[in-house]
Order: sequence, then structure tokens, then C-alpha cells
Amino acid sequence: MTQQRVIVVGGGLAGLAASARIAEQGLAVDLFSLVPVKRSHSVCAQGGINACNEVARQQGYSEYEHFDETIYGGDFLADHHPVLEMANWAPRIIDLLDRMGVPFNRTAEGYRDLRLFGGSLFKRTHFAGATTGQQLLYALDEQVRRLEADATVTKYESWEFLRPILADGSSGPRCVGIVAQDLRTMQIRSFRADAVVMATGGAGMVFGKSTNSVICTGAALARCYQAGAAYANPEMTQVHPTAVPGADKLRLMSESARGEGGRVWVPRKKGDTRTARDIPEAERLYFLEEKYPKYGNIVPRDIATREIFDICVNQGMGIDCGNQVYLDLTHKDPDYLTRKLGGIMDIYQKFVGVDPRFEPMKIFPGVHYSMGGLWTQYTAGSYAPSTPQPAHVSGTPTACDTEIGRGMLPGAPNNMMTNIEGLYAFGEVNFAFHGANRLGANALLSCIFDGLFSGVSVVNYIQSGVPSTAPAESIGQGVFENAVSAEESRQKTIVDTATGGDHADETNPYIIAKEMGEEMTAGCTVVREEARLEKTLDKIAELRDRWGRMKLADGATWTNQSLSFARAVGDMLTVADAMASGAKSRKESRGAHYRPDYPDRDDANFMKTTYVTYDVSEGRARIEYREVRADLIEPRARTYGKVDKEESAKAEAAAAGA
Amino acid sequence: MTANGTTESSGAARANGSASTPPAGTRKVRFRIKRCEGPGKLTRWETFEFDIARGENVISCLQRIAAHPVTTDGKRSTPVVWDCSCLEEVCGACTMVINGQARQSCSALIDVIAPNDGDTITLEPMSKFPVIRDLWVDRSRMFDALKRIKAWVPIDGLYDLGAGPRERPDDQAVRYTLSECMTCGCCLEACPQFLLVEDEAAWAESFIGAQAISQARLFNMHETGAQFKGDRLDTLMGPGGVSDCGNAQNCVKVCPKHIPLTESIASIGRSATAHAISKWFAGK
Repeated sequence: MTQQRVIVVGGGLAGLAASARIAEQGLAVDLFSLVPVKRSHSVCAQGGINACNEVARQQGYSEYEHFDETIYGGDFLADHHPVLEMANWAPRIIDLLDRMGVPFNRTAEGYRDLRLFGGSLFKRTHFAGATTGQQLLYALDEQVRRLEADATVTKYESWEFLRPILADGSSGPRCVGIVAQDLRTMQIRSFRADAVVMATGGAGMVFGKSTNSVICTGAALARCYQAGAAYANPEMTQVHPTAVPGADKLRLMSESARGEGGRVWVPRKKGDTRTARDIPEAERLYFLEEKYPKYGNIVPRDIATREIFDICVNQGMGIDCGNQVYLDLTHKDPDYLTRKLGGIMDIYQKFVGVDPRFEPMKIFPGVHYSMGGLWTQYTAGSYAPSTPQPAHVSGTPTACDTEIGRGMLPGAPNNMMTNIEGLYAFGEVNFAFHGANRLGANALLSCIFDGLFSGVSVVNYIQSGVPSTAPAESIGQGVFENAVSAEESRQKTIVDTATGGDHADETNPYIIAKEMGEEMTAGCTVVREEARLEKTLDKIAELRDRWGRMKLADGATWTNQSLSFARAVGDMLTVADAMASGAKSRKESRGAHYRPDYPDRDDANFMKTTYVTYDVSEGRARIEYREVRADLIEPRARTYGKVDKEESAKAEAAAAGA
Repeated sequence: MTANGTTESSGAARANGSASTPPAGTRKVRFRIKRCEGPGKLTRWETFEFDIARGENVISCLQRIAAHPVTTDGKRSTPVVWDCSCLEEVCGACTMVINGQARQSCSALIDVIAPNDGDTITLEPMSKFPVIRDLWVDRSRMFDALKRIKAWVPIDGLYDLGAGPRERPDDQAVRYTLSECMTCGCCLEACPQFLLVEDEAAWAESFIGAQAISQARLFNMHETGAQFKGDRLDTLMGPGGVSDCGNAQNCVKVCPKHIPLTESIASIGRSATAHAISKWFAGK
């Protein structure tokens, strides 16, 4: 019998965790990545990873409360069961990372240190300086390198995923491999697999400048979506409140800066020209602390972003009347800051030239994370309360224990499988966990959880599903050859444009991408207005037309980065169309999605997953809605104790009426 | 101002309305770039000149060249090929030789490295690794070195077996610093003893360099990782090991993460001596 194989696309936390888990179960793994996996975008995560821990538990915290916070933080758009399972697993994941040697910060006695993070009143975030993502990625990279040395994992680095290969499955199409390209030699070839795991991250590059790495184009997601995979909640993009604008990207200043005591403020006097240190305490407006006395600076990201945005854009109260506010840590001991936040202190100093230990940082919101992603399914676990529970009160008995399998059934073959049989989505490219807004330090958790928990589902699908009787090896060569020739002809169409004709901005893929980013940022980030979204959709249509007539700047047959970029731009436009279409259709405000024309959450009509399929003939998004499975927690108004009484009462009334 | 705070009348809605980005065209900068179409191909120099804004870096300039690859003599060229990913000096990808020194191109700010109007910046690929094309080099040898020294903690598996060993905060601080190594290769580019070796079969005999030696120290420090301490020291006592270090101390000067590489080399050197003596007494 031939060895059964799994393909994992993407070598960040989700892809590495999946590779390690699947290889440990005895299957061969082929791991594809645009970059050496150690350079994946997970490396940029700064603040930490959430989990219930013994200190917080003895103060009244629990896995159940972590679950409740995540659902509430996501504004009741995520299905409840997968989130419960993730929260229950979190402490086990921290232990495992600890065993792998992650240098988590330590207390004097040598226990893992903890910090506060957005959306929680308990210290439940574990961290390694302010480069937690880097340290977690390296730990998993090391474990996978060990498996690579044992030849159970084979890496294909500097390879680009071009499309999934589909054959007939038990009911509908089934994924049996991929087409990929070596970005050095430009060789295009097919790879067979009994299952394919997409772990390709977010799509920040669609907005031009974001906190994402340049590899986070969303092209891999688009290629699955165009092949028939459903795209869920594309309109849900997180704009992080604290980033530093740069010429090439927006650099993140971690939420941990606020978790460790950082305060956000602007001068009370509009257009105050004094330097920060010359403005006395009484003349500073700590607007988050005033509006949200309970959570203060650690309100969730969508809320902090809208407040900063309101101060700068609507009220003109930004520093120097511009789009920036202070993020101030100067009241903290500089050595403490170096120990807890050294990574971001260095980034700020290096790129801005100012030491944030002594001078407040100047920041503004920036696109950061895709809550939306490939639609996935799961089998619910054993927890089934007779009625949904009200808000959990810290320190009271929890509605559910922490046993594994209460949220999702462990090993069920469909856990985190897309609507295409054998095609899975793990990590940021999976829409399942964060609803309409992700809480800080839950991303690293969801990535590793997917790999470890649903990696077993992939193995079970292969051993008991269709591949057990009809392995990918037994499928005729035709379907693989056709997929390769389709990609070869797509490439030829693009490369042929490099010769002849004149170069103009109108048909320049770099200019098309730049205009797309500017348009998406202007129309589809913090505020989404119907008329502006229509303009965005018109602009996307114009850019698609121009992309279809594009002229490539390089016709090389060796290491042609221009080709790879230009091809991805077409896929990014497909993602942009789904994002803007989803935003236009969702006529309510929820989490990161704010519609001034529909300012309230509308549970009756929109506590639903946006389920988008690609209309091949129109080349456009086709939108449907699916009920959120919300039988564990009762929806409630999401106010975070805001003192603006009138608005809070209105939100509560709206939620009660729904 | 429109909904998302961007100024559209200018025709350019800047990223989330960042008001701190000044308009382009404040001054000129000139780039001399060493180009090569692929392995074994001849190299050539190309010069580009254009206007930049304040706050730009080498990456944003390479992006400008990609969009308009026309040289100073008016000749149409191709976008420059280079490696990059995070753009915030934490992934290590965008390392190249800038004005003669290896560093990350994302943190190479034009206002700092070429502060005057018309200043020239020279870009070359790292010389200790094979060129793939233009400024993109193949650093597989660095990852291979991590395999040679078993740069991992040999855990029993991914099952839930409770927490790892407790650790003193000062030990954690040392391990964290060592673990910030992003495999960028600056230390190797600067090292007189680390040389370009294109033949993979010869890597095991050639000087392994500061990066891998420092990683060996990191894993030897961990209670579970120390299980392979002897294996790591055996590798580093062999050909291309720690004794090939010529003590030039260039590595520690160029490390962008300020990793105490020379301390790591000294520490591994001492451990290797102790390991050799204990092996001799054991009659191995």
C-alpha cells in the first residue's frame, strides 16, 4: 500500500501545528510555503496568547469565562461550540508550548508571567517579551525541523499554491491535491494528496498598507473560493487601534502596550501645539478611560479604533489636528518596559527615531486581521444546555466543565473542513472563531488550536472517509494534467503581455494594486457607508477591467516575481469584491462592521454568517446568510460598561427587541 | 475628509488617512543596484533616480522602482527581485548589503543612510550565499545548520503532559535574547571565516558560523533540550566547528538583534573543552 499523504499550505503557526500533529499520527506531510516557514507572518504577533491559568482561576476566572468573553468580544457572530472547545484547550496548549521551550516571561518564582489584554478584566495572557508570535513560531518551526530530519515532513519553501485539484467525491467535489509553482525555477507541477489543509493567513494586502506581511495577499483563499469553496464573513476586517504609519506598511504597536498600563490621550485643547511633556495631566483627555471606566484603555479593538477615529476624524482633536493620538507609557519604569515590551519599544525607536520609554508614541488605527475566511463546518460536542445561558458572572459556578469534547467532537472528520470534501482551513484563513471582532491574543491560540485539534480530524477523514477506499494515488492522471495546463495557460496569458505595447499606469499591475489598496482603505475599513461602498465596487470593477488588459514589466522565465505579484493582484480583486459586497449587504452594525446608516446591531435579521460563493459566470460574489448556531449563550448588548447612558440604553433596548 | 478619514481630493487616499505621511517629491535619491539574471549569469550595475518623501526606507524605494523600472539613462529595465516579508525587522527575509554592510532593507531609513538631496545608496546581494536573482539569495545553508546541531527541544509528543520545567527569570532573559535570532545571516556575511559554499555536500565541512553556534547554546541551556548537549558539542568540535572561529568579533557588531554572539561562541568553546575532557576520562 502506498503512503497516504497530506498537503499543508502555509507554514505559520496553524500550518506548522497541523504538520506536526498529522505527521505524529503517521501520515506523510508535504508542507508548502511562499517563504522559509520561519519567516511566516505569525512572526509579527507581539502581545501574547490567552488561556485560563491557575492564578486567574483562583481569582474567579475560568475557561468558560474565556469562552463567554470571546463570543461577547466577537459581538455574537461566531458559532458557540468551536469557541468553547478552543477555550477549554487553551491551558493545555500553553503547557505544550512551555514543554517545547518557548521562553515565556517568568515571575520571580519561575512561573509563567501574565498580563492584561483587551476584553478581559483578568490577567490571562501569556507572553514572551513583545515578540510572542515569533517565539511560538520558532518553537513549532523547531519541532517541524525535527520531523523534517526524520523525513516525515517534506518542505516546499519558496513555492506558491496556485489552485486546489478537485475530483468526484462521496457527494460533490473532493480535493485530491494542488497545483503549485517553484518561485525560483518557475516550474509548475501537481501534487497528489488525500487531504489538503489551507493555513494561508489573512488578506491585509488587499488594503495596500496594513500591519500584515507582504505575503498576506489572500490569493490562496481567492483560489479556493474561485474553485468553489465558500467564503464566510468577508466584510469582517479588524482595524487595530494602535499602528504607526510608514511609507511601505503600518507597523503594529501591540495591545500589550495598553495591557501593561499604556494610556491613550489627546490634548484637551484642539490644536494644542505644546509637546506632550509640556501638557499637564489636567489638560489631557484620556478619552477611553473617561468613556469606559470599567475597561479603560483595554476595551476591544473595534471600540478603541472607532473612538480614536471619532476623536481625530469627526472631532478634529488629533495631535496637531492630524490623524494621530498619543499612546503613552512614559509613566512606567523604563527597565520594566524593556523587559515586558522590548520588541515593540525597539521597533518604534528604529522606525520613528524616538524612544517611547521617554516620549509618548504617536499612533493611528491600521488594518490588521481578517476575521472572515473560508467557511468551515464541525460536529458539535456534548454540551447542550436546555436554554442559552445569560452572561457569566466571574467567580460563580460555570455552566459547563472543561472536559475535552464539550464544544466540538474530537476527531470528527468534518471539523474545520470547508464545503469541499478533503479541503480544510486552519488559522486566520478559517472564519470560525472570532465572529465580528477578534479579541487580542486569541489569534495565536486559534491557529495552534486548529492545527492540534483538527489535525486529528484530517487523519480520521483519510483513514475512515473516501480516501480509505479511493486514495488520491488511485485517481487517473487526467485531472492533474488538466489542472497544470490550466495554470500554465493562465501564466502564459500574463507573461505574453510583457513583450510589445507601451507601458502605462492604467495597465501597470503595481499601480492597479496601489489603487485597490487606497480604495479599500477609504471605502471599507472603520466606517462603511452604502454610497461609498457602491463607489468601491465600481472601482473594483474598473480595476478588474484594467487588470484584464495589464502589461507585465518582466517576461523572465526564471524567478519572475512580477508575474507572481500580477497574478495575485487578480485574485486580490476577487477578495476585495467579496469584502465590499458583504459590507454592503450587512445592513446593521456589529463588531468591526460599522454602518452609520444602520448604527445598531440587528440580531433578528443579521445574527447570521455571510456565506459567499463565487459566481463563475459573473465573476462576482453571490451572498447568502446562514444562521449562527448560538444555543449556548444568550445574546446581550455589547457595551463594555460605556458611561454614555443614552447610547447604552438604546443598545440594550435594540438587543432586547431582537 | 471622507468617511474613513482619507483625503480624496488629492486623488490619493493615504493609508487610513495618515496625516503624518508628507507628500512625495521632497528630494531626490539615487540607487546603484547590482543585478544578476540568475545563477551563473553575468552581473551588471543599474542606476535609478527618483523623488522620495520623508520617512521612506529601502523597501518603499524598491517598490517605486518596481512600478517604474526606468534607469537614469532612460532605459526600460525590469523590477528588481528581492526577498522580503514582514517589513518590521523580525522575519529576517529582506537582508542585503546596503552601502557595504549587511542589514535589513526595511529598517534602512533613507533619511538616516542617505540624508542629503541626491545621495546614492548601493544595494548588493549578500556575498556568502548563492544568488537566485538580483538581491535574492538562497540561505538554505543556515536552516541546514539548525538540523546539524539539533536545534530543538526533544519533547515526547504533542499530547497533554502538563507544563514544562520552571525557569528562573534571569535564565529566561538569556534564552529569550538568544531566541530572537531571525536567521537573517548578517553575522555570517560579516565573518571572515564563513565563506560562500555552493556545493551542499561541503557544508558539513565548512565553518558553521555564529548563528548556529549561538542556537546550540540556546538549546543546551534548556532542561529538556540539554538531552542533545553532547551531540551538539560533538558536531561543533568537528570540522567547521567552533575552533574555526578566528575571533574577529564582526558577528556581534552587525547583529541587528544585539544577540551576544561572541559570548555564545566562548560559552560553547568552554563546554566543548569540558565535554572533550569528560569523554577522554570516560575512554570514548
